[in-house]
Amino acid sequence: MTGEAAVFGQTRGMGELIEIPDRVTELAPFGRELAALGAERPEIVGLTADMARYSDILPFKEAHPDRFFNVGMAEQNLVLTAAGLAKTGKIAYCTTYSVFVTRRAYDFVAIACAHSKADVKIFAGMPGLTNGYGATHQATEDLNMMLGIADLTVIDPCDATELRQVVRAVADIPGTVYVRLLRGNVPVELGGDYRFVPGQAALLREGRGVGVVSTGYMTARALEAARHAETSGVQAGVLHVPTLKPFDRERVLDFAGRYDRLVVAENHKTTGGLGTLVTEAMFDAGVLRPVIRVGLADEFFECGSQEYLEAKYGVDLPRMVRALVEGT
Amino acid sequence: MSVTPAAPVDVGALRDKAHALRRSMMAMTRGKGEGYIAQGLGIADCLAALYFSELRHDPARPDWPDRDRFLLSTGHYSIAMYAVLAEAGYLDPEELPTYGLNGSRLPMSTFDITPGVEIVGGSLGHGLGQGVGMALGLRLDGSPGRVFVELSDGELDEGSTWESAMGGATFGCDNLVALVDCNGIQADGPVTVAIEPVADKFTAFGWDTYEIDGNDMDELVDALASCRAQDGRPKAIVLRTTPGFGVPTLVARPRAHFVRVTDEEWAGLMEELEADRDR
Repeated sequence: MTGEAAVFGQTRGMGELIEIPDRVTELAPFGRELAALGAERPEIVGLTADMARYSDILPFKEAHPDRFFNVGMAEQNLVLTAAGLAKTGKIAYCTTYSVFVTRRAYDFVAIACAHSKADVKIFAGMPGLTNGYGATHQATEDLNMMLGIADLTVIDPCDATELRQVVRAVADIPGTVYVRLLRGNVPVELGGDYRFVPGQAALLREGRGVGVVSTGYMTARALEAARHAETSGVQAGVLHVPTLKPFDRERVLDFAGRYDRLVVAENHKTTGGLGTLVTEAMFDAGVLRPVIRVGLADEFFECGSQEYLEAKYGVDLPRMVRALVEGT
Repeated sequence: MSVTPAAPVDVGALRDKAHALRRSMMAMTRGKGEGYIAQGLGIADCLAALYFSELRHDPARPDWPDRDRFLLSTGHYSIAMYAVLAEAGYLDPEELPTYGLNGSRLPMSTFDITPGVEIVGGSLGHGLGQGVGMALGLRLDGSPGRVFVELSDGELDEGSTWESAMGGATFGCDNLVALVDCNGIQADGPVTVAIEPVADKFTAFGWDTYEIDGNDMDELVDALASCRAQDGRPKAIVLRTTPGFGVPTLVARPRAHFVRVTDEEWAGLMEELEADRDR
């Protein structure tokens, strides 16, 4: 490996814990919070499809072994078993990689879970480019797929702080919920006073001229880019949209209406996810502004480190700063 | 009123119930002139044995937490489901003529909007896995409730069924009973892929397996009794059934998956059904 690619290292081992320099991180916030919640609520059960280690649900297994079920590499049965448990009064947290629970088990999520409003909470690991194993493992269209299912709540948390709150909140959201799961050493980006409210967008930063609407960990990047842009005299606003469905149309339109131009940022294709939701809502309401979509193209992506992939496919910090400062 | 497995079994009375279900199904089919009647007639004996002898259930409390669950995975067998739910008291028999009509609670394929229907059927391969989950949930609760899942031989084409078969055995769900209706037909005609030997497959997957004539009430009652064993293994009953059973003209009809019946045929078919009862 030579040249630019070498700068960004290499594809990491699937369960490898990645040290993130200059970042405060938390280890396995999903599994640790779920283990704690499970101690309070005996109706919570946990399931995985041979991804206990790689989805961070191990702390729940260790704390509540009698309420933990590993179905093996069988995502259809993962979803079905969770649905059946939910239909006996349990709240079933199930986890595997995003790609497998969406692409492979779609019909099962739609009909066995969402259609019955079953209390199945799907924590879908390593979305977008957080997985370095190429197109087989990178869920780059999962939001598009899951937003297409009726009676399903869809959430893309920003960081460890929000993920912990989401773990608790979804237990009280009736029906089936799809959450994009950040695993391993998860950065802490949002302040201690941040509160996740299901279905609500959160104004994280007020600005003038340019506003960013973002979801997932791209919100952290948006905040960082906004700080960089200040040195060029640009004060960017940031609206974080953790819940994509139901979509907080009102807050997004209010935000969009207060800026001259918008940037939408997501760890997903630029179509079918947040970019589509935001631009549709704006167009329908007649809130017409130029919009730059920072996200992934409609293609399959290669293997590599997250930093390499993000730089190559245009979702890294320099790309965000350019969108804010230069408007291109 | 709960029916308990310990109650003495009156096989003659169960045969009468099966006959009553067949009459209901024929009446529903006549109303529309078409339906999945062949499958319904084939599974009638099994449903009669379940609802009037084996299941612990209470039609007055469809959400009783400790009830035994019956999951109909093949949603298009809905005609049989509605017949037995009406006969058992979950539905008013007066509602049965709405089968398949617009706005009805009794759609052509089962949804869990109907009292007594536990899951959405019809997207095949969904029943057994949900049965595994329910069996685990009941076990966690210390409930005596058991789970009976109907599925069909054609449905065994769906790979998810075999994932679930492994799951049921892995988790030792001895409160789970699969009722595999092997009637030899699927949408395009005879069962297509090499699914036999079905019983050997379930045995190999770690299930206590029984293979019986699914239209023989004595064999049904005996097999269901065997499935009460608490031996840490899930149970499967492979039911060899005849589509259209009880109405020889329908048995002989080559395209049995979805049957159309004309007004002219009707009286003759009902005579056949009544003659079968007298047999």
